Amino acid sequence: MDLGFVAVQFLNGLASASSLFLTAAGLTIIFGVTRIVNFAHGSLYMLGAYCALSLLAAMGPWASTPTGFWLAVLAAAAAVGTIGIVVEVGLLRPIYRAPELFPLLLTFGLVLIVQDLVKYLWGPEDVLGPRAPGLASFVRIFGYRFPQYDLLLIAIGPLALLAIWLLFHRTRFGILVRAATEDREMVEALGVNQRLLFTSVFFLGATLAGLAGALQIPRQAATPFMDLDIIVEAFVVTVIGGMGSVAGAFLAALLIGELHAFGILLFPRITLVLVFLVMAVVLVLRPSGLLGRPEAPSAASRHDSFPPLRPFGWRALATVAVVLVLLLLLPIFVSEYGLKVAIDTLVFALFATSLGFLMGPGGLISFGHAAWFGLGAYAAALLVDHLGARMEVTFLAAPLAAGLGASLFGWVIVRLSGVYLAMLTLAVAQILYAIAFQWVELTGGDNGLIGIWPPEWARGRTVYYYLVLAVTLSGLALLGRATFAPFGYALRGIRDSQPRAEAIGIDAPFHRWLAFAFSGALAGLAGCVYTFSNGSIDPSLLAIPTSVDALVMTLLGGIHAVSGPAIGALAFTLLEDLVMPLTDYWRALLGAIIVLLVLGFRDGLAGSLERRFATKG
Amino acid sequence: MTTRRDVLALASALILLPPAVAAAAETIRIGELMSYNRFAAFAEPYRNGWQLGIGEINAAGGVAGKMLEVVSRDDGGTTGDAVRVAEELVSGEKVSFLFGTFLSNVGLAVADFANQKRILFIAAEPLTDALSLDKGNRYTFRMRPSTWMQTAMLVDEVRDLGVKRWAVVAPNYEYGQAAAAAFRQLLTQRMPGAEIVAEQFPALGKIDAGATIAALEQANPDGIFNALFAGDLAKFVREGSIRGTFEGRTVVSLLTGEPEYLDPLGAEAPVGWIVTGYPWDKIDDPKHRAFVEAYQQKYKDHPRLGSLLGYIIARTIGAMLQETEGSTDTETMIAALERITVDTPVGPIRFRALDNQSTLGAWVGKLAVENGRGTMVDVRYRDGADYLLPEAEVRKVRTD
Repeated sequence: MDLGFVAVQFLNGLASASSLFLTAAGLTIIFGVTRIVNFAHGSLYMLGAYCALSLLAAMGPWASTPTGFWLAVLAAAAAVGTIGIVVEVGLLRPIYRAPELFPLLLTFGLVLIVQDLVKYLWGPEDVLGPRAPGLASFVRIFGYRFPQYDLLLIAIGPLALLAIWLLFHRTRFGILVRAATEDREMVEALGVNQRLLFTSVFFLGATLAGLAGALQIPRQAATPFMDLDIIVEAFVVTVIGGMGSVAGAFLAALLIGELHAFGILLFPRITLVLVFLVMAVVLVLRPSGLLGRPEAPSAASRHDSFPPLRPFGWRALATVAVVLVLLLLLPIFVSEYGLKVAIDTLVFALFATSLGFLMGPGGLISFGHAAWFGLGAYAAALLVDHLGARMEVTFLAAPLAAGLGASLFGWVIVRLSGVYLAMLTLAVAQILYAIAFQWVELTGGDNGLIGIWPPEWARGRTVYYYLVLAVTLSGLALLGRATFAPFGYALRGIRDSQPRAEAIGIDAPFHRWLAFAFSGALAGLAGCVYTFSNGSIDPSLLAIPTSVDALVMTLLGGIHAVSGPAIGALAFTLLEDLVMPLTDYWRALLGAIIVLLVLGFRDGLAGSLERRFATKG
Repeated sequence: MTTRRDVLALASALILLPPAVAAAAETIRIGELMSYNRFAAFAEPYRNGWQLGIGEINAAGGVAGKMLEVVSRDDGGTTGDAVRVAEELVSGEKVSFLFGTFLSNVGLAVADFANQKRILFIAAEPLTDALSLDKGNRYTFRMRPSTWMQTAMLVDEVRDLGVKRWAVVAPNYEYGQAAAAAFRQLLTQRMPGAEIVAEQFPALGKIDAGATIAALEQANPDGIFNALFAGDLAKFVREGSIRGTFEGRTVVSLLTGEPEYLDPLGAEAPVGWIVTGYPWDKIDDPKHRAFVEAYQQKYKDHPRLGSLLGYIIARTIGAMLQETEGSTDTETMIAALERITVDTPVGPIRFRALDNQSTLGAWVGKLAVENGRGTMVDVRYRDGADYLLPEAEVRKVRTD
């Protein structure tokens, strides 16, 4: 490896680091002030690219002059910033008082809407824009040809960092932003106009996302997949740098960019897992990221505003009994397909409730719960496929495997809290995903494993339905029991006030660890049952969308009611099933429904039901 | 409130109602599933294609006096959704057989479902060789030439060029890995003395093109085998042409000549690359010209590969049902598919009984730019029949 090559590869790493930084900077600023994990940041980035393309097309011959080109880029960024304002004022402002994860759910709905909007407005085919006028060629560096535009990108990264630094340190706006990042309540108490501050911060973040997207035009085609291709990596950079720290995001982007540029020389297949490995290592060594500070305790104390969980009263028990009877009689009323939907619903009810247990009583937010669902599914499929195990055996082995996996990783995970914990769970899930994806000999890679059907006696849909009913109801009952057992009370005590709980002798880390393993085991059970219902598995069971689905179900139903996640699972499965055949743009429809539900039912479906009963009763 | 109540009411109505009563006896119901939302760029032309084909059959009076009715669904793009949708089509909509799917893993999952339910399934786009090998089954037929077949067509094209040092770049998932493995295997067998000096596997949709290209160039290869497509391809082409990566090197590239991936490159299509694809404007066969004309007249757009594929599947279904005289008994249809030769715009195709792989081929040629858009020149049609997976290899792993 000659020195010239090393230098050029270093520059390549810098160029991608710059792009990454611009996207992550907006995300981290928005999070720092508003505590919103903005899933739609990738969508804003994508809109930036498409807006720039449209502006360039509208300019005609002017677009091929440098002035025209850069005007289009800046105008696109401003346009996206304006979209950001609309989103903040119209959708996010009404729900700042709702549980902290609700804005996340809403932005996830926006992702679905924007994806389809882009396909509708600009067509599904990739669009390749023009190269940057005046920068379309290359310069020679140590004999290697290097794109001029990449040099410019390398310069833009630090310049943007400098500009943001000046903005934050030399203007009143910036001082307020920093103050709010530090202690939001205090800033509010001092009489600062929060609304204006939040809106302007959202504008700034969205503008940066739009700029990052528009700047990609000379390097890549605009595609409807751009948003998801960038968002997870932007999250990772934000988390590694420390949520809310712009300089941290810059360092993290640099780290990732360079590790990637040189990593692929040694391990060409490392591309799938590298960023998540880095994130896991950083979070284990520095739980708040490179330049982040530990989260202020204010976020955790929000649970105070909710009434404590109550065991089912007689009315709820009666409802449960009616539902039970209906479930038992279901095969009489519905077709085979209806049973299949019912099986899926039951599986997701168990999966979502296991997550709800972790998030509600446990107070641990997981973005990677698919890890344990998938681990259970893979354990079952591998046992059947490689060892010829019977299905009955896997019903025990799968939750055991998932529980063991969860306790292994959980030992590290539960030492973190809040968003960092959520991100470490995401990293763990992605690492498991990468293993399932790349260990082709064992797992079948992304083609997965097929032919995992129940044995002859349970093959009929009705029989399998009753089996699933028995298994999932036992799982749900176990989760319900744990919630109101001393274990559950201890967990809630720790969640609401860790120092007080510890003062009365509760071992907090141990309890949280146990909760993590327990929840993982039940998610694994759900995954196992799901596998035999579909006959096949693939890594998508471990992937981010599966984790997000579980989150959506849990939040939709509400985590502050025991039955919430199950109700959410029912609503979500039926919704998807109902909406999918309606239109090609069913994802947008689903997204819109999620947004409306978030705006209309801030405590989730179950929470709203409960309140209705309470006020009327 | 209304929203939720409506949704739940509608949902429960949908599920509680008995399945739609099968339409009148003179209709044959066919189930179709494809990632219409997720891969719309491929799926829409494909839908146009099969709709054109089915429309023609029905306009000519149907098959054996029966009209064809296709019940079309989005497969959700994941195995879990696809299996549920397949179940809905089979047990809810009472379709006689299934066709469609885009992703390989989804195709495999639906194939396995078909095997379990003893339902006929014609896989449209999945390229994975596994569908012909150990994960295939007697109920599943595949239309497109698989990854291995198309790689073999490309290797034949360059075997005599004397290129010795090869670099490989492929997306990091089954299709890319399989393409790289097939290339390695065929290189050893058919190009004595040639070797692979560098390999890069960027994550799908996330290529860091500059770094990847520098890593490939570092090995100083004489030839590059590329399996990137869509967004990754555009980035790779842009970075590579600025950096001069392709100058003086032989580049062979899977799928790049398909309009789905070539059209977006416009005038930047990398001239001289040896590719597989579908040069719809360069095929002189009158049957194919008629297809293009009919397509353009109906949809005011030129056909993509998906259009041709959808159309050929429709013709295949027509020919199969002709052979069964309208019977939709699964065994009868399977026997018919293994027997018939289908007349298509690209010539006759049939299915090899051993692995249910069709003999549909692909076009091989060089990329060129004409009138500001990419196209192929020196085009040759490679008949799939000459590139089927070696029989011995198939027999070794297939269990049916």
